[in-house]
Amino acid sequence: MISDEVGYNGKVEGDVIVTKADAVINWIRKHSVWPMPMGLACCAIELMASAASRYDISRFGMEVMRFSPRQSDCMIVAGTVTYKMAEVVRRIYDQMGDPKWVVAMGACASTGGMYRSYAVMQGVDNIVPVDVYISGCPPRPEALLDAMMKLQDKIAKEPSVGNLRKAKAVSAG
Amino acid sequence: MIDDGFIKSLLEKKGSLSRRESIDCLTLDCPADQLKDVVLSFRDDEGFDLLVDLTAIDHGEDAEVRFSVVLHFYSLVHRGYVRLHVLCSDNENPSVPSVSDISPAANWHERETYDMFGIKFTGHPDLKRILMWDEYPYFPLRKEFPLAGIDTPLPAADVVEVTKASVEPAPMMGGPFVSSSDGVMSDSEPRALDESWTEEMEKPS
Repeated sequence: MISDEVGYNGKVEGDVIVTKADAVINWIRKHSVWPMPMGLACCAIELMASAASRYDISRFGMEVMRFSPRQSDCMIVAGTVTYKMAEVVRRIYDQMGDPKWVVAMGACASTGGMYRSYAVMQGVDNIVPVDVYISGCPPRPEALLDAMMKLQDKIAKEPSVGNLRKAKAVSAG
Repeated sequence: MIDDGFIKSLLEKKGSLSRRESIDCLTLDCPADQLKDVVLSFRDDEGFDLLVDLTAIDHGEDAEVRFSVVLHFYSLVHRGYVRLHVLCSDNENPSVPSVSDISPAANWHERETYDMFGIKFTGHPDLKRILMWDEYPYFPLRKEFPLAGIDTPLPAADVVEVTKASVEPAPMMGGPFVSSSDGVMSDSEPRALDESWTEEMEKPS
C-alpha cells in the first residue's frame, strides 16, 4: 500500500523523515513564492494594500515582493495591459527564472475588462500563460490572498521532479 | 473675467482673428499661418501665458474642412480662458505650425494630437507617436476608425513568434461600454448600451 502521508510520521522515530521528492520540493516552493508586482493600473493599489498591515500577505509566505524579474517567480499582472505594454510584460516574464507562475489580477488583466478598445489587449493570457485569474474591478485584497492560496494549492500538485527531468532533456537537446 | 472691452480691443489689434460661436469661453478663429504670431503675442502682450490644452477635432470625412486644431489658454491676469480654433486646410495631409517653441507645454500635446489624428505639426522638434507604438499604421481618433480596432501585427517580432499575438478587434458584445452619470451606483457601472446582441447572436433588426 502506498501511503498518502507526505510529512513527518511519528511512527518513524529518530532523525529520519520519509517523503516524496515532489512533496518536499512543492512544499518548499509553495511557501516561498516571491511575487513580482506588475502594477499597471488601479489593481496595483489593492495589491499594495494586501501587502500592508491590515491584510498582510506575509502571513501566507509570499511577502517578499521583488521589483526585479530575476529575483521573483510569480508575476502578479495587476492592471490594464495595453498592446504597447504587452511586449514589455512578455519580456519581463521571459527574464524570470523557472519555475514561474502568473496571476492575472482583476478584470482588465483577465479579459480586457471594460476597455473594449483598439489599445487594450483582451486578456494577458494572449501573451503569457496565466495560472490564476481573479475577478473584480479592482479585486479586494482578500480576493488576491485567496488567489495566492489557490496558486499555492496548484504548486503543491505540480509534478516537479518530472518537470525537472523534462527541462534537463530539453536542455540536453 | 474677460470683459467685452478687452475682446473688442483684441479683435481690433489682431485683424486675422474672428469671433466664433461658443457656449462657454471666448473662442477665436485663427488662420494657420498666423497661429505662431498670435500665440506669441498672447503669451507676451495679452497675459494668456498658460497653455492648458491642445487637441484636435475631426469634423467627419464629408466635412469641407475635416480637421481643426484647438488650443486653450488661461490667463492668470484676466482669470479666464480663451480658445483658439485653427482650421487645417488640407484634408489629406493636415498640418499646422508647431507652437512648442513658444509654449513648451505644447510639445507632448502636439505629439498626442499627431498620434490620434495624424495632424502634422511643422517645426516640431520630435514629432513621433506618444501613445501608440511607432509602427502603428492608423490614427485611432479619426471618425472612420472603429473603436474596436483593426487587425494589426505587434511590433516585436521575437515576442510575436513565441506568443502568436496580434492586435485583434476587441469584442463589442453590444457595446461600446459606457457608464451613465446618474442613477444608483449599481445601474451606473460601465455596461453595454444594447445588450440584445453579442458576437454570436445577431443584432435584431
